[in-house]
Amino acid sequence: MKRTIENVENQFETFQILNEDGEVVNQDAMPDLSDEDLQELMRRMVYTRILDQRSIALNRQGRLGFYAPTAGQEASQLGSHFAMEKEDFLLPGYRDVPQLIWHGLPLYQAFLFSRGHFHGNQMGEVNAVSPQIIIGAQITQTAGVALGMKKRGKKNVAVTYTGDGGASQGDFYEGMNFAGAFGAPAIFIVQNNRYAISVPVEKQSAAQTIAQKAVAAGIDGVQVDGMDVLAVYKATQDARERAINGEGPTLIETLTYRYGPHTMAGDDPTRYRVEDEENEWEKKDPLVRFRKFLEAKGLWSEDKENEVIENAKEEIKAAIKKADEQPKQKVTDLISLMHEELPQNLQDQMEEYKEKESK
Amino acid sequence: MAQMTMIQAITDAMRTELKNDENVLIFGEDVGQNGGVFRATEGLQADFGEDRVFDTPLAESGIGGMAIGLALQGFRPVPEIQFFGFVFEVMDAISGQMARYRYRSGNSYNMPVTVRSPFGGGVHTPELHADSLEGLMAQQPGLKVVIPSTPYDAKGLLIQSIRDNDPVIFLEHMKLYRSFRGEVPEEEYTIELGKADVKREGKDVTLVAYGAMVHSALKAAEQLEKDGVDAEVIDLRTVSPVDYETIIESVEKTNRVVVIQEAQKQAGIVAHVASEIQERAILHLEAPVLRVAAPDTVYPFSSAEEVWLPNHNDILEKVNTVMNF
Repeated sequence: MKRTIENVENQFETFQILNEDGEVVNQDAMPDLSDEDLQELMRRMVYTRILDQRSIALNRQGRLGFYAPTAGQEASQLGSHFAMEKEDFLLPGYRDVPQLIWHGLPLYQAFLFSRGHFHGNQMGEVNAVSPQIIIGAQITQTAGVALGMKKRGKKNVAVTYTGDGGASQGDFYEGMNFAGAFGAPAIFIVQNNRYAISVPVEKQSAAQTIAQKAVAAGIDGVQVDGMDVLAVYKATQDARERAINGEGPTLIETLTYRYGPHTMAGDDPTRYRVEDEENEWEKKDPLVRFRKFLEAKGLWSEDKENEVIENAKEEIKAAIKKADEQPKQKVTDLISLMHEELPQNLQDQMEEYKEKESK
Repeated sequence: MAQMTMIQAITDAMRTELKNDENVLIFGEDVGQNGGVFRATEGLQADFGEDRVFDTPLAESGIGGMAIGLALQGFRPVPEIQFFGFVFEVMDAISGQMARYRYRSGNSYNMPVTVRSPFGGGVHTPELHADSLEGLMAQQPGLKVVIPSTPYDAKGLLIQSIRDNDPVIFLEHMKLYRSFRGEVPEEEYTIELGKADVKREGKDVTLVAYGAMVHSALKAAEQLEKDGVDAEVIDLRTVSPVDYETIIESVEKTNRVVVIQEAQKQAGIVAHVASEIQERAILHLEAPVLRVAAPDTVYPFSSAEEVWLPNHNDILEKVNTVMNF
């Protein structure tokens, strides 16, 4: 998979297994997944689409805070995550809450993250950190986690996500370069959804692909159809195999699209995108094509889908209720979370705020 | 007891902790076979192996991010930033990330990282090597900032910093690395972070300083003694958090204070110290708290260092003012 630097752009053809009509176009690459696995992948994508719709509605009602919509990116997010084991370590970007949930974070905690409550970031037994806000900061950390796994002799990987804008950060290159130099088991996933808020990917770089940036770091790189859940899964699974076999890190670029705004905090995509383009991408929808594929195999039905939708709605309702029941944060909580032992200044401030909060 | 330079005491502290805790990792630019540009890690790779003591690619942000990732895997990283003027390249990893992890994760993760770095003026470096940027670090909640002034303190403070379960910025003044030797026990010992040290007892005026300025303050105190003024010299040792108790105790005795830093005057560590003194002990003061600090310019090119850096004469001048107020 390692490329030469001659004609580098021509070497990054988009890897695809299912076309827009749900037909298998690359039988040789078909991953070894059971019928139950295939159904589970679809269940997760449908569930996440519903979660996205509900989260947007809850945000508009003032019942959720910071939220970055995910519709359109389900195959990129969940296909790649499906290749991860529980012991693998996840370092998500801020749009990557679905992967955290499927990695084990309870839904009500995901809602608390959105509301800006620290309990949403308490990972417990989940091998993950909370979504990174600084674009690219997670990428150098991923190199460190992966190097740590290598030093510990673990057969696991560190997986991180960013977007096309993230691939412009210095930390993106530094993280890939460090992981490559140390032969660390890391997987860097760039979900190229074509816009960094409003700036189109063409303005991010003169490079024709993001995947080719792997060449400069001397690591494996692959560009994959990010609306094709099987291709994303397969590319990630292959990267994972190489990583745990000591063959080093991989950069995966998934070509995808976010249907919604950047976040729910006032972004208006009509200022930078045209409707024709949005319609074109909706034809590539990851759920539509995978549904067709599964239906043709007799593995999916409208009833099954409705069951998933109803279940998702109920679980979301219960999770919001549980999030509502969490105690409010106090300044004294925050003070106590700054250090293992309180230094003099915070001891004084702790007393001050205990007094205020007791009134 | 052994006589050591500060750099030897620092190496000794790292050797001690590499032996004590297999999770301690030392890494950075040139720290491996070369032993660091100041030889702080001399011999450590040979003794502990490349798995524990290793060179990194030349990228400070990458070094900081990698330290965080290693800490997430239960290691106790001691990265070196080759010169502290390069810290701007790694500000997000330090201030945006490691300082916040305990809070951000609600105690799920902590960052037992000690970032070591040389800084300080008077050794004729190129631009952006000598700047005193401890104030920048002290402004970041979640970090401790430690600056030793003697070989003895350097060893005890560095061992304690490495053992601390939260991030510590450990700044080593280049001028002090080899300028004198001091007694350093060969066995291990620790010095509590956040505790100042009275380096010279006196009853007439309190001089509060840290790093190389401790030595300028001691030199000024010697001169003052000849003039019949008995100065107390307090070495902060940890500039964040500041040990107010030791300072206030001294101020209540002397009633006069000069606070001293090598850094520029504006928004500095000693401005904070002066403010705490007036909040906590104004009725004990016979004179305003005066500051000795560098002018509010960028750190100068090397041929202008000597006229720019504060020195013991600047301290004497301010002491004279507070004594005759």
